[in-house]
Amino acid sequence: MACYLTTGKHMSIYWSVLTVLLLLGITAPTALAFGFAGASAARSRIAPVSWLGRGYIAVVRGVPDIAFFLFFVIALDQIIEATRHHILCPDWVEPIRQGSDFVVCQAAKMPLGNAPQWVHESYGFAIAVFTFAIVFGAFAANVIQGAMAAVPRGQIETGESYGMTSRQTFWRILVPQMWVYALPGLSNLWMVLIKATPLLFLLGIQDIVYWARELGGIKTSRFTDYPHGDWRMWYFLALLVFYLIFTRVSEITLERLMARLTRGQATTAGEAQRKAGTT
Amino acid sequence: MNACVQTITDYGLRAVGIGKRLLPREDFTLCEQFTLIGSGMIWNVYFGILALIAGFGFATLLALGKASNIKVIRKPSEWFIFLFRGSPLFIQFFFGYFLFLKLKTVFPIFAPFTAAWLGALVVLFFNTSAYTAEIFYGALRSIPKGDVEAADAYGLSGWSRFKRVIWPTMLRLAWPAYTNEAIFLFHATTLVFFSGFPAWQQRGDALYYASYFADKTFNPFIPYPILAGYFILLTLCVIGLFSIVNRRLNRHLPANTRERLRIRPNLIR
Repeated sequence: MACYLTTGKHMSIYWSVLTVLLLLGITAPTALAFGFAGASAARSRIAPVSWLGRGYIAVVRGVPDIAFFLFFVIALDQIIEATRHHILCPDWVEPIRQGSDFVVCQAAKMPLGNAPQWVHESYGFAIAVFTFAIVFGAFAANVIQGAMAAVPRGQIETGESYGMTSRQTFWRILVPQMWVYALPGLSNLWMVLIKATPLLFLLGIQDIVYWARELGGIKTSRFTDYPHGDWRMWYFLALLVFYLIFTRVSEITLERLMARLTRGQATTAGEAQRKAGTT
Repeated sequence: MNACVQTITDYGLRAVGIGKRLLPREDFTLCEQFTLIGSGMIWNVYFGILALIAGFGFATLLALGKASNIKVIRKPSEWFIFLFRGSPLFIQFFFGYFLFLKLKTVFPIFAPFTAAWLGALVVLFFNTSAYTAEIFYGALRSIPKGDVEAADAYGLSGWSRFKRVIWPTMLRLAWPAYTNEAIFLFHATTLVFFSGFPAWQQRGDALYYASYFADKTFNPFIPYPILAGYFILLTLCVIGLFSIVNRRLNRHLPANTRERLRIRPNLIR
């Protein structure tokens, strides 16, 4: 049994767990950066920049559901290919859309038709990460925008009265203080992000859902019948438990982080912490 | 124009198996896409409404269970809520489907559960119950102390105190969050046919047909915006209905303290 669970095929499901963790590891900071940029843009005094930030938040949050994921991946792929097509093959006369076909010249294919397998896979992965980052960036932007608004006005005014410029008050006062207000929202978002990872499967990436279906099935591959019946239920049970544990661990970690960030802040929780410390 | 009426009679109820058997294969018209995706919305509405109604009752019980002082009641409720809120709905669908497949071989009575109309409904029902229960539990805990004390002072206790004071207040406090949950649930119904549950005879939901068209035409820019349009309409209907209830729940409060519904759609569960 232990031996069976470490066969070559089973190693790929363990690798795909790493894929999921990698996706989370890349997406979370990227989405945070997108969110920070979006929120700062939305606060900007320059009207077009502010519209851009607000528009980004409103559009992405308004479009419902996994439809966005399904749509965005194809759309992004086609936009990249069409752009490359216009740059690389300017003398191509036929239209790109011919009836129900999407035709670009060979050189504009992304990735190139003769590229090795791993390029195709990592290209797909990169697009998936980008999609996740854009979508979750909009949600993070919304949270951060709210957090920036929640920093007491007096704090910024104090900074201004010391003669700081608006850039200085932003970086030295607003940004360090806003995290404590943003964290509850962001940790909520992190939980949603964890639970969104199985959707990688829909984007055609061989993630844990794919392997659970493959390995649990009775006969999937052409030449190996698995020596067991339909085990997919148990594989999915394992996934369920994996996600539950992951969620629980994140919950505990974020609680600790919150306690750490609250220290010395002008909030009720910070005040309670201070009192508990002194007595 | 007449061709479009013909398409609507052919495919208007295609998602529930009435009308033409074969889906259009080539030369897709806009009308066909609108009709078929709209026909798929029947399933989204069906799943959403039934799960919401059934989940409401169960969620109230779960929330009371979680707030209970008796450990035997509290622990299972807490675990149930954690189980369904802590794991992705997508995985729950897959697991549910294969669980029902397995049960079917032992007890034939589970045969209908392997079809989407019942099996997916059960999974959605449990899922929304757990999320709603957490909302209701939060509301239960934030019922103003004075309200309960006033009820005690009037000599209300037990069932009548729950029915007249605690439950209406809980609903009133929970309603904005519950509205979001409802919207979210309707969005989540699109996952059904992308998980294990098969779309028998190509009777699928709106997203199923939208991705059918996107696959066939290689053009995502038409079916998905149509789908988004339908969902925005559905969301507006949900918001409309829920704000009527919201107004009724808040009718005793002075106008300036009434809570407005704030719509914060979420993405994925």
